[in-house]
Amino acid sequence: MSWIDIGAIEDIPERGARVVKTPVGCIALFRTAADEVFAVSDTCPHKAGPLSEGIIHGQKVTCPLHNWVFDLNTGQAVGEDGQIATYPVKLDGGRILLDGTALGNRSAA
Amino acid sequence: MKQKLVIIGAGMASGRVIEHLLETAPEAYDITVFNAEPRGNYNRIMLSPVLSGDKTYEEIVTHSDDWYKENAITCRFGEKVLRIDREAKQVEGEKGTVAYDKLIVASGSNPFIIPLPGHDLEGVIAYRDLEDTHRMMTMTKGNRVVVIGGGLLGLEAAAGMAARGAEVTVVHIMGHLMERQLDEAAGYLLKKSLEAKGITVRLSANSKQILGADGRVRALQLDDGSELPCDLLVMAVGIRPNTALAKDAGLAVGRGVHVDDQMVTSDGDVLAVGECVEHDGAIFGLVAPLYDQARVAAQTLLGQAAAFVQKTLSTKLKVTGCDLFSAGDFAEGEGREDIVFRDPSRGVYKRLVIECDRLVGCVMYGDTADGTWFFGLIKDATSIEEMRDTLIFGQAYQGGAQSDPLSAVAALPPEAEICGCNGICKGTIVQAIEGGAVDLGAVKAQTKASASCGTCTGLVEQLLQVTLGEAFERPTVQPVCGCTELGHEDVRRLIKSQGLKSQPAVWQELGWSTPNGCHVCRPAVNFYLLADWPLEYQDDPQSRFVNERKHANIQKDGTFSVVPRMWGGITNANELRAIADAADKFGVPTVKVTGGQRIDLLGVKGEDLPAIWADLNRAGLVSGHAYSKGLRTVKTCVGTDHCRFGTQDSTGLGIKLEQMLWGSWTPHKVKLAVSGCPRNCAEATCKDVGIICVDSGYQVSVGGAAGMDVKETERLADVATEQEAIDVTVAFVQLYREGAKYLDRPYKWLAKVGLDWVRERIMDPVERRRLIDAFELSQTIYRKDPWAELAEKSRSFAPLADLTLEAAE
Repeated sequence: MSWIDIGAIEDIPERGARVVKTPVGCIALFRTAADEVFAVSDTCPHKAGPLSEGIIHGQKVTCPLHNWVFDLNTGQAVGEDGQIATYPVKLDGGRILLDGTALGNRSAA
Repeated sequence: MKQKLVIIGAGMASGRVIEHLLETAPEAYDITVFNAEPRGNYNRIMLSPVLSGDKTYEEIVTHSDDWYKENAITCRFGEKVLRIDREAKQVEGEKGTVAYDKLIVASGSNPFIIPLPGHDLEGVIAYRDLEDTHRMMTMTKGNRVVVIGGGLLGLEAAAGMAARGAEVTVVHIMGHLMERQLDEAAGYLLKKSLEAKGITVRLSANSKQILGADGRVRALQLDDGSELPCDLLVMAVGIRPNTALAKDAGLAVGRGVHVDDQMVTSDGDVLAVGECVEHDGAIFGLVAPLYDQARVAAQTLLGQAAAFVQKTLSTKLKVTGCDLFSAGDFAEGEGREDIVFRDPSRGVYKRLVIECDRLVGCVMYGDTADGTWFFGLIKDATSIEEMRDTLIFGQAYQGGAQSDPLSAVAALPPEAEICGCNGICKGTIVQAIEGGAVDLGAVKAQTKASASCGTCTGLVEQLLQVTLGEAFERPTVQPVCGCTELGHEDVRRLIKSQGLKSQPAVWQELGWSTPNGCHVCRPAVNFYLLADWPLEYQDDPQSRFVNERKHANIQKDGTFSVVPRMWGGITNANELRAIADAADKFGVPTVKVTGGQRIDLLGVKGEDLPAIWADLNRAGLVSGHAYSKGLRTVKTCVGTDHCRFGTQDSTGLGIKLEQMLWGSWTPHKVKLAVSGCPRNCAEATCKDVGIICVDSGYQVSVGGAAGMDVKETERLADVATEQEAIDVTVAFVQLYREGAKYLDRPYKWLAKVGLDWVRERIMDPVERRRLIDAFELSQTIYRKDPWAELAEKSRSFAPLADLTLEAAE
């Protein structure tokens, strides 16, 4: 693993999200009400809706296009047959760290 | 051998002691009663009805001369007691000495006279006994009276004299009336009722001196210098326990005569009861504890074990037309919660104070029917956990025995009011059900019950169930979402009644099953809170659907559309140039004219939004809110400016309406149109509010639809002036904001509440004013351009990081 510093947790609004552009596509970073951070694919498997624009509730996000709901821990769609990729992410002293290896980032590898 | 009992004072407490003694052990004591007033015991708390003429003195006498005679009680009425000699165990009266084995001091209290300069003038009295009452009864038409003291007694005195035609002014030192029994809100309603009776109320008023002429009172002067002329000045500012005799006799005396739980003073053979005593630091002015003391004193005298316990008290004011009730402790405090119910149109205010699932206090004004029931809950410290949601609606709304929630409804009398909005009682509804109205819709249609605010829907359904039995299938409330069992109507009602002012408060107090809601309930609750508490609640962008958070419409490919506002559909070359430049600069693939008479730039990238807004802002263009549950467009025709058929300036009115309403949040989108003549080129009759200009003025119609449903508007009102047309429109939008379920367009809301009900509210000038004021208050926060604000926070629209660039290096 090679951890890349992406930014501070305050850069993401509470119960909000920000996007990180990566070689494997756009990744959405979510911050929950409990200040947990999750990193998942920004693209809904249904009609490619941008999940980072959805409403965050508990540890779930609702896609803004057609209300598919995803569990941020597993990437599993709730009540639908669908799955999004999840990525290793951790918080270190308020800084958000993404695992570069999982993103296919050569310079970080 | 009988013992000798001497009682000093013939009042309500000592009278009750004698009754208890005679009931249980008539042979125990020889009783002698001294009384300074030349009469026996009468019901002192009924002096106010005597003053107002509702009762005569004879009716309030509790113990007549004959009664004393029959019970062989020696009466020394009209004779003052000079001294108690505890060593010799005798009482010295003006006309001779009496020996005692047991003595009861029931010397009562003295009214407190403020030692203002002039307080000893003729015509300055207290309100204490029959003499004072008679004096006040001489005050009629043409007389002026000042009452100092806005407490229970002072107000009863004021109302009594006002009822006799006197011109009465109440001067009260505090900021609201009866501050010990009422909170500010109830005090306000009480003041209003008294003023309606012609009584002048001066609050926060300090008396400076009493002015006289020839030894008689002439006026009261306040410390602001103003003078209140009067023929009689009544001081009703409180009482002081009358302890002079007891003190002289060497008994322990503080504020009152000290007694223990058995009502015995510091001398084992001397008891004390009534307003002269001090028990555990408290003194007493209301009748209920006095009766308790009397019972305990009698039992102590008979050698029975008994103890006096101080209890929660309740207060009622004996003034016709002022229905108030207060009980317990209703001060605000940590861990205490309020449930408040107000019905401004009926002048009703109810407030319950709850601590640890127990009712601890209650203040009610205007409708006090449930006072006794609430008081019982306070005294018994009943857990109210189960009935909390409906507690404020009183006993009739409670399920009674938990096993059968219908029994309470079944037990209601036929004349019990079920629907407060329309004044429909149980009998009418049952009759309709028996006549064939077998579901809620039919009952609504036939009786109008639950056809307005809908709060009583549950009750009507229970009536259906009680009347029809098995034949009725009760529909379940459609919950807002999976986070709660409550429906939208309940959530709105509880947010108002419980004063919930934040989302966490709603989740907590209404028992949300999820930590912070979901994508369904959060936008609804966010709207309800900002609509009900515009100043206290701050809008939460994270509880909004992406369009309202980004202030742009998301498209299927994740890009956005940008629609600047064109007031009333009017634009100019400058604006068009700015739009064209923006389209070029940001590579906008599609530029389209919308149905709402403006221009849509489709396909703008999310991260470009702040920049394109900034460009448009520079040309004076602001957000068109094409994405919001709020005001969208006001479509117009050219009206009198150019059209040969136009009757009024429809474009001008449209622009004014749009400038008034823009930025406001509503349950769903709101679209308006103004047509300059009945040819209706602006297609006003399928809008949420459509105005048709005619020669005589403006036809305002509402509740149209041209989407999934197509519906023509219905006429709300015909008005003569442009200002009235604006007022009616604003009032309508505000009423919709206050009452509708989130995501109900006005036509759906109207189908529930009925156009008649809406019209009644809006055509009532007071209610219309209130609605407009409430809307304007909210607009002080929300009437502004969100684009200009967000353009400055452009960073949050960009990716947090771009790792593709690093990778390319």
